[in-house]
Amino acid sequence: MRTEEYTLNMGPQHPSTHGVLKLVLTLDGEVVREAVPHIGFLHRALEKIAENRTYLQFIPITDRFEYLSSMSNNLAYCLAVEKLAQIPVPPRAEYIRVLMAELNRLASHLMWFSSMLLDLGATTPFIYAFRERERIMDIFEMTCGARLTYNYIRFGGVSQDLPPGFLEKMRLFLSAMKKGLPEYHALVTENPIFLARTRGIGILNPDLAVACGVSGPSLRGSGIAFDIRKAEPYSVYPELSFNIPTGTDGDVHDRYLVRMKEMEESVKIIEQALDKVPEGRYRTTLPQRIKPPKGEVFSRIEAPRGDTGVFIVSDGSEKPWRLKFRAPSFSNLSVLPHLVRGGRISDIMACIGSLDIILPEVDR
Amino acid sequence: MEQYLKDIIFYRPLTAWLAGRGWQAWQPLLDFAYMILSAVIVLAFILLTALFLIWLERKVCGRIQRRLGPMLTGPRFLGRLCIWTGGLLQTTADTLKLLLKEDIIPTKADRRVFIIAPVVVFTACMMAFVVLPFGPGLIVKDLNIGVLYLMAVGTFSVIAIVMGGYASNNKYSLLGAMRSAAQIISYEVPLFFAFLGPVLAAGTLSMTGIVEAQIGLGWFLIPQFIGFLVYLIASTAEINRPPFDIPEAEQELVQGFNTEYSGMKFAMFFLAEFTNMFVAASIAVTLFMGGWTLPFGLDEKIVSFLNFPYAPQALGIVVFLLKVYLLILLFMWIRWTFPRLRPDQLMSFSWKVLLPFAFLNILIACSQVLWRLPAV
Repeated sequence: MRTEEYTLNMGPQHPSTHGVLKLVLTLDGEVVREAVPHIGFLHRALEKIAENRTYLQFIPITDRFEYLSSMSNNLAYCLAVEKLAQIPVPPRAEYIRVLMAELNRLASHLMWFSSMLLDLGATTPFIYAFRERERIMDIFEMTCGARLTYNYIRFGGVSQDLPPGFLEKMRLFLSAMKKGLPEYHALVTENPIFLARTRGIGILNPDLAVACGVSGPSLRGSGIAFDIRKAEPYSVYPELSFNIPTGTDGDVHDRYLVRMKEMEESVKIIEQALDKVPEGRYRTTLPQRIKPPKGEVFSRIEAPRGDTGVFIVSDGSEKPWRLKFRAPSFSNLSVLPHLVRGGRISDIMACIGSLDIILPEVDR
Repeated sequence: MEQYLKDIIFYRPLTAWLAGRGWQAWQPLLDFAYMILSAVIVLAFILLTALFLIWLERKVCGRIQRRLGPMLTGPRFLGRLCIWTGGLLQTTADTLKLLLKEDIIPTKADRRVFIIAPVVVFTACMMAFVVLPFGPGLIVKDLNIGVLYLMAVGTFSVIAIVMGGYASNNKYSLLGAMRSAAQIISYEVPLFFAFLGPVLAAGTLSMTGIVEAQIGLGWFLIPQFIGFLVYLIASTAEINRPPFDIPEAEQELVQGFNTEYSGMKFAMFFLAEFTNMFVAASIAVTLFMGGWTLPFGLDEKIVSFLNFPYAPQALGIVVFLLKVYLLILLFMWIRWTFPRLRPDQLMSFSWKVLLPFAFLNILIACSQVLWRLPAV
């Protein structure tokens, strides 16, 4: 019998390509022979916009790179500018920043958990995870007035101090989160169907991961314990104790477990940081216009999806001459064709889900 | 049901009257009237059941996933009862929407097949109702090959799915159709072997006969529990419910075979899906859970307590529906708990796990026949 391979354009309108990813698949029946990601549908020239705005005016734009962890983007950008202009940050602000970054990591991982399970066809974990995520959103709303695009972290600190009642709300959230995590494990982790769908699927070879610049939990799932919070510590991370969970096989299940354990670590970090938040100023007083000296700077942080780097070239004016974001999702997406080749159509969803890409950040 | 329905349209007096006048040639007209009446009753029942099931699914899902909508939308004047009536209007609104929606047929679709497919799928699930015994005597037609008929009709819907998937001229639809065909080939086999257990034990293919055999022998569920489980799993796959909803795997194939369908054509597929769930649960109840009967002669006691003309029938319907809805709740619980299997995993599971267990069940059924386990 003569058979033929055929092409399937999956996306940009598709329920589980996480926004506007387009995959051009070459299929042999159900088996994927080739998958080529087409990106750029969400390109908004954000890095070019930076060249026409003052340094401060660009902070809200960083929220739009990766909308699920805007705090991390704020932080990455502010750290770079602070490094360039040598702006001191008071210790209270540092702790608040870490608190917010880790809360945002939790929110982002909860979102990943729900969307990945949704991609695998389980709808209930989605709602379970959103129950806890909602509490985080409430905390953010109470802290900075926004639920998704925070614009909270500023040069030399944060935009406003922690609101009254913040501590109580955090304790409530932490106890809910500690109750929630075992529930997710009970619902999903040991489920035989889930194991069948994730074990041995989309194996990411550590060498390939390094060569493609994969970072974050996707890299650690392959067994490489590289976390910028430990490798190049920033803010007050050196003062907090936490582990870096790693996987062994680099398959979808390992990446899943790494993120699940990371949530536990984040809870630990938040608990320590809450106890340690010192009194004092939450922001350094700065002039209205920041004019960093001529030069260039690169700084990076561990965002929920990996290594978010910011490269700024300054010509001494109040606007950056050039700004570049190193988006983790972009590099992580680049291994997708390798992961899905030879697998089934259903495995593509598991792989995309486990890489936790976010398209606005890929396209920028 | 035959005799009751025939009473409604004065079948016997009219037949006698026709015979008295020597007009036997007009007899088929009466038969036709009877057919139409039973079809209308079945159709009305299907529509009501499907609507109710959609509402129930929303409620169950709302409870499991703590969704607020299904718990609160609906008639508010009922106060606290709102928890129970919530979401009632949602189904009505959905039905209205589907009725009013523009019916789009893709330009490059195979028009005729595209239009026929939803009709076929709906007809298939309607045909299954012919042999479902709702109570003593409450069966449209007690075929002496009832189980065989169900097997034949059950396979029908996959033809419609393949037709719809092929005719849509959409790669996702085609993939969904192929998956459905592959699924049915692997799932029909254990399903039919699960059917065989009760048939062997009861010694009849008639649905009423199987239920009546269980009055004497006790529910077949107890000796043939393995067969019951095999039936439940295989029928979940047959009716395309999660975790075996691979032909329409939303996250993979957009909507699978019915991606291109909209409006009432989509509603037909949708209705058929929910009706099939009812049919699958009814078959399980009939074959394994004693149909309309209650164990320990409870029904006789209740009937003598009620003591009104059609008491056995009324009790039969209530008991049957209770059992069916118990199983339907199980189906729903499963749906909202598990992720979806991959097609190839589903097939290997079917051939390597379910089929051997189905054989084991046949062995148990044979021994039941051989030694007349639970004594007659």
